[in-house]
Amino acid sequence: MELFKEVLIQNSLITAFVFVGLIVYIAYLISEKLTRGKFHGSALAIILGLICAYIAGVFTNGEKGVSDIAILSGVGLLGGSMLRDFAIVATAYGAKFSDLKASGAAGIFSLFFGVTLSFIFGALVAILFGYDDPRSITTIGAGTVTFVVGPITGSALGADSEIIALSIAAGLVKSILVMTVTPLVAKSIGLNNPKSAMVFGGLMGTNSGVAAGLAAVDPKLVPYGAMTATFYTAVGCLFVPSIFFFLVDTIY
Amino acid sequence: MVIYGITILGICTLLGLLAGKLLGSLFGIDANVGGIGIAMFLLMYLSSSLNTQFTIGDISEKGISFWSLIYIPIVVAMAAKQNVIGALDGGLMAIVGGIIVVTISFIFVPIITNYKK
Repeated sequence: MELFKEVLIQNSLITAFVFVGLIVYIAYLISEKLTRGKFHGSALAIILGLICAYIAGVFTNGEKGVSDIAILSGVGLLGGSMLRDFAIVATAYGAKFSDLKASGAAGIFSLFFGVTLSFIFGALVAILFGYDDPRSITTIGAGTVTFVVGPITGSALGADSEIIALSIAAGLVKSILVMTVTPLVAKSIGLNNPKSAMVFGGLMGTNSGVAAGLAAVDPKLVPYGAMTATFYTAVGCLFVPSIFFFLVDTIY
Repeated sequence: MVIYGITILGICTLLGLLAGKLLGSLFGIDANVGGIGIAMFLLMYLSSSLNTQFTIGDISEKGISFWSLIYIPIVVAMAAKQNVIGALDGGLMAIVGGIIVVTISFIFVPIITNYKK
């Protein structure tokens, strides 16, 4: 048993491939047998991944899901930003420039609109929950933009660490919701072409959410959504701690 | 050679991330500003000019398409390393905030798609 564990830990990236492969296999099996293919296998695989992360979190008290378990530490590398970014860029191979140009304006508009929209509603929720100082409101609003914008804004404004933690949590909820809900609503929001994928990426912005959500709907759409989403956090980091904070501060 | 495809992909990714870092420091924020987007642009540009001017060959192409195909498993691994407990423990406000923002953003997807012809 110790020997077995040792091999798995020493070859953690390979163990991770096997682990993910098993999850995907189980997900497709469930998709086929239980939902007769109605619920897409890759969407289920992502949900199974999240469930594993939850269970792992309960047992390890860690923050990095299953990668906190020694034998599955390779999942952290496989699902980390380096390989994720590499693979996202690869999806652009074969994507059409013409599609990008045709929907560029809508994509850019949705980017700025999306950041503003998320911030306003995030800030409103903060106010509804009784927060009344502009720093906290702005930081929580920033968290609903993405969980990167939250802490960047919070530390720039000098918000309490509790508030920053809250903003990260709000961003995580957003990201996980986008991952899981996108395949369910894709049809009704017309998410089936490059243009709507770009708008979707610009409105949601959470890289991991958009990447996973689109992957489960149609992998061909991934590059278009990822393209706009990649600028979203940057737009948020630029505007939220500056202009948006100024506006909140003026109103309050 | 399959490595050529991976090399092209790697060069695009690194150049993009570098440009994103530079943009970030230009704006004075410690984040990568659109690096992945720039890298994707580069690869798209290359792949469209590769077809017309010269070809990298089927096998080299496999070096890129492998990574494109392994993308979903990587996303599954990414899901498996999320701080799900942290999201749920953030309390009611984080959950309510997340739900409201996501719902409203979803509603605007078809509106903007159809409005901006």
